[in-house]
Amino acid sequence: MRALTWHGKHDVRVDTVPDPEILNPRDAILKITSTAICGSDLHLYDGYIPTMKAGDILGHEFMGEVVETGPKSTLKKGQRVVVPFVIACGECYFCGKQQYSACDNSNPADNQDIAPNLWGAAPAGLFGYSHMTGGYPGGQAEYVRVPFSDVGPIVIPDGIEDEKVLFLSDILPTGWMAAENCDIEPGDTVAVWGCGPVGLFGIQSAFVLGAHRVIAIDHFPHRLELAKQMGAEVINFEQTDVYDALMTMTGGIGPDAVMDAVGLESHGLYLDNVVDQIKASTFLGTDRPHALRQAIMACRKGGRVSVPGVYGGFVDKFPFGAVMEKGLTLKTGQTHVQRYLPGLLQAILEEKLDTTFLISDRMSLEEAPKGYAKFKNEQNECTKVVLKPDWAKATA
Amino acid sequence: MSDEARDDAPDILAKDAEVRRGDTPGGQSSVTGVAVTINKPRQELYAYWRDFSNLAGVMENVESIEVLDRNRSHWKVKGPNGLYEWDAIVTEDVEGERIAWKSAEGADVENSGWVAFSDANPGRGTVVTAAIAYEPPGGLVGKVVAKLTQKEPRIQARRDLRRLKQLLETGEIATSSPPNPAPKA
Repeated sequence: MRALTWHGKHDVRVDTVPDPEILNPRDAILKITSTAICGSDLHLYDGYIPTMKAGDILGHEFMGEVVETGPKSTLKKGQRVVVPFVIACGECYFCGKQQYSACDNSNPADNQDIAPNLWGAAPAGLFGYSHMTGGYPGGQAEYVRVPFSDVGPIVIPDGIEDEKVLFLSDILPTGWMAAENCDIEPGDTVAVWGCGPVGLFGIQSAFVLGAHRVIAIDHFPHRLELAKQMGAEVINFEQTDVYDALMTMTGGIGPDAVMDAVGLESHGLYLDNVVDQIKASTFLGTDRPHALRQAIMACRKGGRVSVPGVYGGFVDKFPFGAVMEKGLTLKTGQTHVQRYLPGLLQAILEEKLDTTFLISDRMSLEEAPKGYAKFKNEQNECTKVVLKPDWAKATA
Repeated sequence: MSDEARDDAPDILAKDAEVRRGDTPGGQSSVTGVAVTINKPRQELYAYWRDFSNLAGVMENVESIEVLDRNRSHWKVKGPNGLYEWDAIVTEDVEGERIAWKSAEGADVENSGWVAFSDANPGRGTVVTAAIAYEPPGGLVGKVVAKLTQKEPRIQARRDLRRLKQLLETGEIATSSPPNPAPKA
């Protein structure tokens, strides 16, 4: 089959690779109909995530048609399903608590040697996201193997087009959980750093969960415009100092909850960020947490800090004094996707949520390397790239 | 050894090598201890382990385990320099709680160990703790080589217990790569 494979920093290629096989009883194989490039794929593309190997198939946002099932899969051939990017067994202590991204059994044992040293424990397996999180081949391909297919995938009713439901795989539930982690109370103001897909869905979700005001922070005019269309007030950090703006716009108090939807590759010409970039490029540090520092400094006393943005290593100059002295609550984690799927699918079917506005680019799988470069370099206009393996054949 | 009261951590984790040796049936110098919580009843886990023939399917480097009688089994294990063999003799067997063993005379690698089963916090299954002690083949150099080739007992014990947990909790052992079609080296 054809698949998008990682070969190093800024080097991804579409290669011909062996088709996936059923390896375990609960597996299923999907024929991919739609898959997307995620902002967190750019962290892999930029070489920030350790334990990648040349030839790894990327992609953790995908959906498709069931073409093969193991003896213990509950799926049936021909069903259309969306697959959570988090792989979860459904049987362990953590799955029992619906903490699916902490699943104890989905990360293969021989991939669990590094994570305990770096993070203290190995998290759940993820599709297409380095060997520390399982080394599972991803879905930017013609076919994919789905382990524990009786737990994760959600069956999509006929007549609903792919683009309406594809984002159930990651960014929609991730934005939702990020807003849930803000513990929003009536009358609250929520500030969101980063108006990429997760930030925008976070804004949408914060309003649904009762936020009175949402203030969005970015520097791409088109992305700020999208945030505005959702009802957010916006701050362009190239035009105004973010801390001063937030304090003034909230009457000197600060936002009740803050959300870092940026993660480890913050933009912006700030002293701490420049120092972080130098440290990252010389391996003295790994992550660039400028947005997170700013969010913690701006958050009101006793407020909540929600971090859906991805971090992989060590954060330098972390203002923990601010967290302690202001009594902040910090909530983060890879999304427990399985927990949110039924409710969010229902909201889509009832047309309460529409996520298709986000898609700026549609390409064939063969064009995926071009898609990565565009998503990386043209962030203002390019808000989401959807890849369709069948497109090449259809247009050939 | 001082008269200072020991803490509540298992002796196999002690910083003092003498204390560590005292916690294993064979008293070997290299000792490793590791624990996993499995969401299954204590008796069931004890019974699974007590039938040593079950373990070959879970332990990555174990080529085969031949049960000779209830207390004696023959182990063939892949090491950094090929296959190592020994007879393991059960030295302690407490139903539902603990099994200890040591290698018989003439072992390629002198080793001993124990596995203990205790109730986890209420509703959370069973804690399985394993201790393995051995004289590393090739001494310290052998130990480093083993670590580099990922056949070091500490790494193996941790992986094997994870695999046991996966198999017993989910019915399968998680894997992300197709089995190597070529015969294993």
